[in-house]
Amino acid sequence: MTKGNLPKLSLHVPEPPYRPGDPVDFTALAVPPAGAQPRPDETCAADETHPLCLDLVRVLGDDDRAHGPWDPKLDAATLIRMLRLMALTRAFDARMVRAQRQGKTSFYMKSTGEEATAVATALALAGDDMVFPSYRQQGLFIARGYPLVEMVNQIYSNRADKLKGRQLPIMYSARAQSVFSISGNLATQLPQAVGWAMASAIRGDSRIASTFVGEGSSAEGDFHSALTFAAVYNAPVVFNLVNNQWAISSFSGFAGAERTTFAARAIGYGIAGLRIDGNDPLAVFAAVRWAADRARANCGPTLIEHFTYRAEGHSTSDDPGQYRSAAEGAEWPLGDPIDRLMRHLIALGAWDADQQAAMDAEVDAEVRAAVRAAEVNGTLGQGLHHPFRTMFEDVFETLPWHLAEQSEQAIHERQVKWPDWSDDADVGDAR
Amino acid sequence: MSDHTVLPGKRMTMIEAINDALDVMMARDPMVVVLGEDVGYFGGVFRATAGLQAKYGKTRVFDTPISECGIIGVAVGMGAYGLRPVPEIQFADYIYPGLDQLVSEAARLRYRSAGEFIAPMTVRSPFGGGIFGGQTHSQSPEALFTHVAGLKTVVPSTPHDAKGLLIAAIEDNDPVIFFEPKRLYNGPFSGHYDEPAVPWARHADSFVPAGHYRVPLGQARVVREGQAVTVLAYGTMVHVAREVAERQGIDAEVIDLRTLVPLDIATIEASVNKTGRCMVLHEATRTGGFGAELAALVQERCFYALEAPVERVTGFDTPYPHSLEWAYFPGPVRIGEAFARLIAA
Repeated sequence: MTKGNLPKLSLHVPEPPYRPGDPVDFTALAVPPAGAQPRPDETCAADETHPLCLDLVRVLGDDDRAHGPWDPKLDAATLIRMLRLMALTRAFDARMVRAQRQGKTSFYMKSTGEEATAVATALALAGDDMVFPSYRQQGLFIARGYPLVEMVNQIYSNRADKLKGRQLPIMYSARAQSVFSISGNLATQLPQAVGWAMASAIRGDSRIASTFVGEGSSAEGDFHSALTFAAVYNAPVVFNLVNNQWAISSFSGFAGAERTTFAARAIGYGIAGLRIDGNDPLAVFAAVRWAADRARANCGPTLIEHFTYRAEGHSTSDDPGQYRSAAEGAEWPLGDPIDRLMRHLIALGAWDADQQAAMDAEVDAEVRAAVRAAEVNGTLGQGLHHPFRTMFEDVFETLPWHLAEQSEQAIHERQVKWPDWSDDADVGDAR
Repeated sequence: MSDHTVLPGKRMTMIEAINDALDVMMARDPMVVVLGEDVGYFGGVFRATAGLQAKYGKTRVFDTPISECGIIGVAVGMGAYGLRPVPEIQFADYIYPGLDQLVSEAARLRYRSAGEFIAPMTVRSPFGGGIFGGQTHSQSPEALFTHVAGLKTVVPSTPHDAKGLLIAAIEDNDPVIFFEPKRLYNGPFSGHYDEPAVPWARHADSFVPAGHYRVPLGQARVVREGQAVTVLAYGTMVHVAREVAERQGIDAEVIDLRTLVPLDIATIEASVNKTGRCMVLHEATRTGGFGAELAALVQERCFYALEAPVERVTGFDTPYPHSLEWAYFPGPVRIGEAFARLIAA
């Protein structure tokens, strides 16, 4: 097949360093000391940030202290609030996985280990900045004050679900909290966030947009379209790329991680980029606040790579023990964001183990109360769903004739199967 | 409309009518923005947006990167903000990179968010053949969009309708795919490609009223009344069907559907129940085309009135060839023979 003395071509198919049962060795992973990274001015030329795309911005050191120019110098009350929101998110996740195992819903996705990427981002943005999330930012909804009971109603697709039982669990929508409806098609939210940011600039508004994407779906064309548009129009948008190392069972190498960092995509587009320790809540807060201030000052978009680790499976539908080494999570060199912030507060003398235990009990009680309140409205498994007629609503603003006819047919089918059925009395169980 | 001459307005080409609709809407509503490849300073490759950037400024009419995914995607975000974006996809043949943003996002946003967010965008795109565009500048992909729950699909056939339908589409709170038959941009088309082109100026429906008016979405128009056979057509084929009927002396009722979704089923039923014979006609490829949907609806609803099988006249199931474009096009011979079969049955 080969011509002359040319070598045979070979195809490189990436392979993660560790598979189930393998011991792990993270010594090759470059983790610079906290506080070592320079912090350029928010209004700097984009290329001043580019060395940081290959670095790792860290604030919280191994001594549990905040270091260097990226220290956001938050007061203890704010740090405690951040800690509580992350703990609440983790407690919510734990409870919802149990609910899924109990048959109360079909599906759930935890954010364990990644709480800082959502919670600290929410606290760093203004409350009315529009966020276009991906599917693992429950901490953002919680931090923005979206009621837990609304989240559970949505997860249960019950009668009180604001989304009328149409969406897969966790695909919330929270317009009042300035959070866009979650899709399920990956990376579609990125150009949408850029469009929202462009609209805000067109209208001379002061609100900016922010969006989230996983490292895996950064391979989608939408990611590159979004960065191109953001760069071209200098759109006031903050891109959060959450690199949690795994896209279901595919490691980050299948999105290009063997070649360069994800933050380095910013270099090619000529926009600002930062690569940060995503398990360091202070670094996340500082980087997002920096990028938000930059966008608000008309200095354009920033791509932030949150370097973190997905401590659990992708969702309740996969078992990570089938494709990766359990030692990865246990030995992850950047630790756990809740644990790190707790130890920081203790080191500051602002927190202790008793307070931590009290807070854990408190957030657990808060989650239980929300779940109890939601279960009154029904669960996916045990009925009380949205009225049947709502299936045909909202396809269009008004019901066209063909959907009216199909709605009649659907109601007729129900009446054939259950002669005593009426939509108003529909309790939905097994129907 | 016979009273056109007493109303303010003037004769326009379809391009001028589209430009006028955009001008009217941009003046009325500061939330309307126009974006797309080459639509800004240059005014569009077909001149549909000429003069708009100079009049409304660079932040309301602007060029975009060559990225249909990005164009539609940012339009979804702009709609979420509260704007009414009117993106142009330079040719319908290029719309496919934007398909996910249309099908999975714009079309379903109202449904998935239970009305919290909507996508009030109008995607304008020239479509259809007859200008020697080859297989990448001639396609008619309307059936891909009529198949999607949550999208409206509109095709004008005259300057008057183009303006009124485009205004209605921009004012609509649902996403609208607005396909402009580019063969009709500068004049109606008889289907006889070897005859001299006719300008819009001599056509009654080139009179375009000044200012704001709507042609409501979902209302067909009976272009030519007849008793013998009903033709269901849209875009370029409306003119070709009428011309063939005139020349062959067929007493055909030609219906311009104008909107494919939502479809004006009442007008279709009334006509087919009257004539008992029906031809469905489009330029797009045959298999799975919108004509199949029309034929199915007619047999479901008018079966006992039918005196003959529904005739389906379409383009062939090939890419649109460059040199053999008129062999592909459903022209007077294909239509004429279908008329003959319908009448003889």
